[in-house]
Amino acid sequence: MSHQSTDKAAATLGPQVVELPTRRTKDLALSESRRILPALEISMFIVAVLVPLLLQDYVTVFATRVLILCLFALSFDLVWGYAGILSLGQSLFFGMAGYGVALLSRDFNISSIFVVFPVGALIGFVASLLLAGFLLLGRHPSSIVFVSLGTMTGAYAADRLAGGSSYLGGQNGIPSIQLMTIGPYELNEGSTFYYLALGILVFVYLLSRFLLRSQFGLALAGLRENEYRIGFFGYKAQHLKAVIFAISGAIAGMAGSLYAFHEGFVGTNVLGVVMSTQVVLYVLFGGSGTLVGAIIGTIVIEALSFWLSNSFQDVWPIILGVLLLLVIMFRPAGLVSLLLSERERVGTFGRPGKRGKNDTA
Amino acid sequence: MTLLEVTGIDKTFGKLTALNNAAFTVHKNEFHGLIGPNGSGKSTLMKCVAGAENPTKGRVSFSGVDITRFSPAERARAGMSLKFQITNVLPALTLYDNVLLALQAKLSLVSLVFSRSRSTLHDRVMNMLEQFRLADRAYQPAAVLSHGQQQWLEIAMALAGEPKLLLLDEPTGGMSYEERRVTGELLRPIKDSCSLIIVEHDLDFIRDICDRLTVLDQGSVICSGTVQEIQASSKVKEVYLRRA
Ligand SMILES: Nc1ncnc2c1ncn2[C@@H]1O[C@H](COP(=O)(O)OP(=O)(O)OP(=O)(O)O)[C@@H](O)[C@H]1O
Ligand SMILES: [Mg+2]
Repeated sequence: MSHQSTDKAAATLGPQVVELPTRRTKDLALSESRRILPALEISMFIVAVLVPLLLQDYVTVFATRVLILCLFALSFDLVWGYAGILSLGQSLFFGMAGYGVALLSRDFNISSIFVVFPVGALIGFVASLLLAGFLLLGRHPSSIVFVSLGTMTGAYAADRLAGGSSYLGGQNGIPSIQLMTIGPYELNEGSTFYYLALGILVFVYLLSRFLLRSQFGLALAGLRENEYRIGFFGYKAQHLKAVIFAISGAIAGMAGSLYAFHEGFVGTNVLGVVMSTQVVLYVLFGGSGTLVGAIIGTIVIEALSFWLSNSFQDVWPIILGVLLLLVIMFRPAGLVSLLLSERERVGTFGRPGKRGKNDTA
Repeated sequence: MTLLEVTGIDKTFGKLTALNNAAFTVHKNEFHGLIGPNGSGKSTLMKCVAGAENPTKGRVSFSGVDITRFSPAERARAGMSLKFQITNVLPALTLYDNVLLALQAKLSLVSLVFSRSRSTLHDRVMNMLEQFRLADRAYQPAAVLSHGQQQWLEIAMALAGEPKLLLLDEPTGGMSYEERRVTGELLRPIKDSCSLIIVEHDLDFIRDICDRLTVLDQGSVICSGTVQEIQASSKVKEVYLRRA
């Protein structure tokens, strides 16, 4: 009897009748695309493992930097792509951690990865938690303009402060940081550092994926889709925001500390607005709201810059700008939307037969 | 036993007075209807109860606690649940995720991160969806639903957290006659565990499910009482006649 009445209801409400065929194709698309994301992740991982074996050393050095930037991009994707917080000052946490570990090396002669890496993460974590206290934790939801301008101002101010502080080396930054050490071993640029960065990236990627596929990830999806509404279910939206903002700050801090040791110096550019904007572009280009999108965006932009900027030195920034505009205009969900269906990108948190499993990208 | 007590609520928007000294009481396990002509302040009163608007003056107390200054989340945690007049499901998420989102809202962050309740909640999510005849679309995005079904999904979400007080603002808007009847059927059984405040233009629907009614006109409560009392009241007839 219940079926009869829903059918009747359906008949009186037009759209459903048209909907049936699309529904079936959607389901089909869903089951086909299910396999795309894991395959994509695994093949990217395999390629990443092979890079130092197949390419010249200077490419490995470049690729290491890209991996570190991927880590940074993940941190931005977590706040913007998953929680809808537009942090335009993400470099603040990256750069502060970079400067922090550079000082550890310069003033305390500490370069062990077991110290500098956690310290970098901690600096990012604390700094972002403090900033969240100012920007996100008001009684009323703060507007996106307020948050984005606030974070951007933070990055700008830090850039200027560092540039003016002789303790921090002024405009020259802090040069000739020691090599990072693991126990007795020194980590030179090259394949060892590359595999270290890769290991950390994979670890953080998997950890983020775990977090985003948990029930906490669903709460974040609610936050992103309709912050106002979920308050009426009983969510403390401000707490959710502070937590994800601080986690993202910690990841940016990890990236910053690795970056400082890999490059061997830090300058004010790692703190500034340019760096913040760059990470936004990586993520928008690759596809925000999917972890793999942030990685793809970073790799594609950096690789294009690497190979094309030599041949087209003068017009290169223009080419890049136009490319980005094209993607953002015609593929607002980023490059990754060429490969993954919308359902696979948004993911679900429960489905028949596989209780407790889901497939958020 | 009194569950909700609203006293002396004023609400002004600039010069406009939306509510003027509004007061009413809802008992435990009572279905309470709020009626009145368009623009009489029904939605505003609901919002003041749920915390979506702060009253300019007055007091809201719930289970004996003064909640006038509580945020919406705090009220939800105290046992209130609201469906807005405009449906507000999350269209990008599946029906399943919409309901789970509502169900898990009051859990601690730690238990959310470790998804401790996922398998126990699964049965409750499916149960809610089945009750509201949406189970066959559980894994489709909410955007595919018709307006009437979105209303059902919202009611399912509002009920998911097992509230003590459910606030429904025009739940049958956009529904066919048949869907309305089903909605009434779906609501009736919750009376054992929950009170209801409902705003509706369909007076037959209201008469059918409500125990008591409060009538608003131009921001003031003109009378409050059982359905029979209200039907007999000459004041109410006046308001509705003037409107017609
Ligand atoms: N946010 C607001 N800003 C300004 N005026 C408002 C606002 N919300 C409501 N009003 C005004 O307050 C009065 C009461 O509105 P309300 O929505 O509460 O009426 P209602 O009884 O729910 O009407 P309806 O039956 O049409 O839903 C109306 O005159 C409306 O225009
Ligand atoms: Mg209304």
